Amino acid sequence: MYGKGLRALSLATFAAVTATFALVFFYAPLDADQGFIQKIFYVHVPVAIVTLCAYVVGAIFAALHLRTRDRKWDLRSYVVIHIALIYNILGLLTGSIWAKASWGHWWVWDEPTLVSFLIVFLLFATYQPLRFSIEDPERQARYASVFAIMAGAFVPLNFVAVRAATAFVHPRVFATSSGGLPGSMAFVFVCALMAIALLFALLCSYEIAAKQTKWKLRALRRRLLGADAVAPLGRSAAPALGEPGRRAPSAGGRASHPAEAAS
Amino acid sequence: MSDREPSRMRPSMALLRKDLLLERRAPEAVPAMLLFSVTTFVLFHFGLGRDTVSGQLAAGVLTVTILFAAILGINRLFVAEQEEGGFDGVLLAPIDRTALFVAKAAALFLFLALVEAVTVAAFAILLLGPSLWPALPGLLVVLALLDLALAVVGALVSALAIRTRARDLIVPIVALPMLTPALIAAARAAAPLLNAHGAGALPTKWLAVLGLYDLVFGLLAYAVFDFLLED
Repeated sequence: MYGKGLRALSLATFAAVTATFALVFFYAPLDADQGFIQKIFYVHVPVAIVTLCAYVVGAIFAALHLRTRDRKWDLRSYVVIHIALIYNILGLLTGSIWAKASWGHWWVWDEPTLVSFLIVFLLFATYQPLRFSIEDPERQARYASVFAIMAGAFVPLNFVAVRAATAFVHPRVFATSSGGLPGSMAFVFVCALMAIALLFALLCSYEIAAKQTKWKLRALRRRLLGADAVAPLGRSAAPALGEPGRRAPSAGGRASHPAEAAS
Repeated sequence: MSDREPSRMRPSMALLRKDLLLERRAPEAVPAMLLFSVTTFVLFHFGLGRDTVSGQLAAGVLTVTILFAAILGINRLFVAEQEEGGFDGVLLAPIDRTALFVAKAAALFLFLALVEAVTVAAFAILLLGPSLWPALPGLLVVLALLDLALAVVGALVSALAIRTRARDLIVPIVALPMLTPALIAAARAAAPLLNAHGAGALPTKWLAVLGLYDLVFGLLAYAVFDFLLED
């Protein structure tokens, strides 16, 4: 059965996110400089950190896919990068709102983190078009993995280059003159980071479970109603395991082959 | 080592010679890149409304023009292999597949060097305010490092895109963001050289960033290129 432990993860995420928001609004002290708007920090920074880590994790999954030829790693790499892209947009939006509130502009070029975040977004936004323009699913998975590895290595390098190119004006909540975040803020921040990371893991698990369930359902329908009754999938950027008429995954991918699991 | 080295490099050299010969017999990418860059300088003249440029603006105009011209070359890099069955030839031959990557990156590097020999001269005549001569040695270093970045990333992206449906769309949308750090470093490194009041010193920080980029992406592209040539 797919989606094992999904209910527990959902409940944990719900509790963590709710508790974090309660802490952010009722426990964390107001920032002396920035006032209430500083609270967006508890969303923006964890989202940004999780996004960048997820891109690197996506690259690691892609490398595992190329190493083992197991298509389940391609599925994981795809899903992680997919959700990370959504997080990336969220990070850009919250960063932009914070910039408007702090400096009066929606976009600030001398803000290295925001700029590198945009460049990383522009690069990873091409992941889906690249996949979409390759029809053969096996080649799609292979090429996407090559891209994901290059792009994953790009993330830290890009930060080095952009950071070196700009002056430091980011609101340094971590490094104030008093020597860092006050204890209560640091505690809330760690809670927020954990909640946002849990939410990320939950969204990934849901997408993986949904895709596997869909493939299994299609395989079952084909067995019951015959191959003609199930309309073939159109071109898609998403990985497609176990679809007839499309090349079957290599030997390593058998464990996660829904058509075989059904038979 | 000394007697093994030639045999390991020989396939790459043969493939490189083939590319250079093709380009000499039927020039395609190099003249297109040349015309494109000179036209872009004319466009920059009108777009910026300036007769001369210097400093960061000059470095930006030069590096962005070279980057866009390189995209043309990257688009064409594997077309002969794709259309005339060169991929099958390489796969059938008892050679390492990365030999093709080395050869293509070297070919792109040489094309870019050739284009820049004319483009930089045209830039100095058409747009550059200060004299080119004092900046030239430093500029050569920056351009060589930039060409290396364009060559390794270009060869990989070209191989990635050549067998997709939207080949000429995939190349620029993937290559441009991926080359952004190299462009930042090259433009910042070249800026003090092209200052209006005489060439400044070469900023080593930016050369280091550019060198790091070349190293990381060179090794990475060399490692993953194999997987693009399997069927």
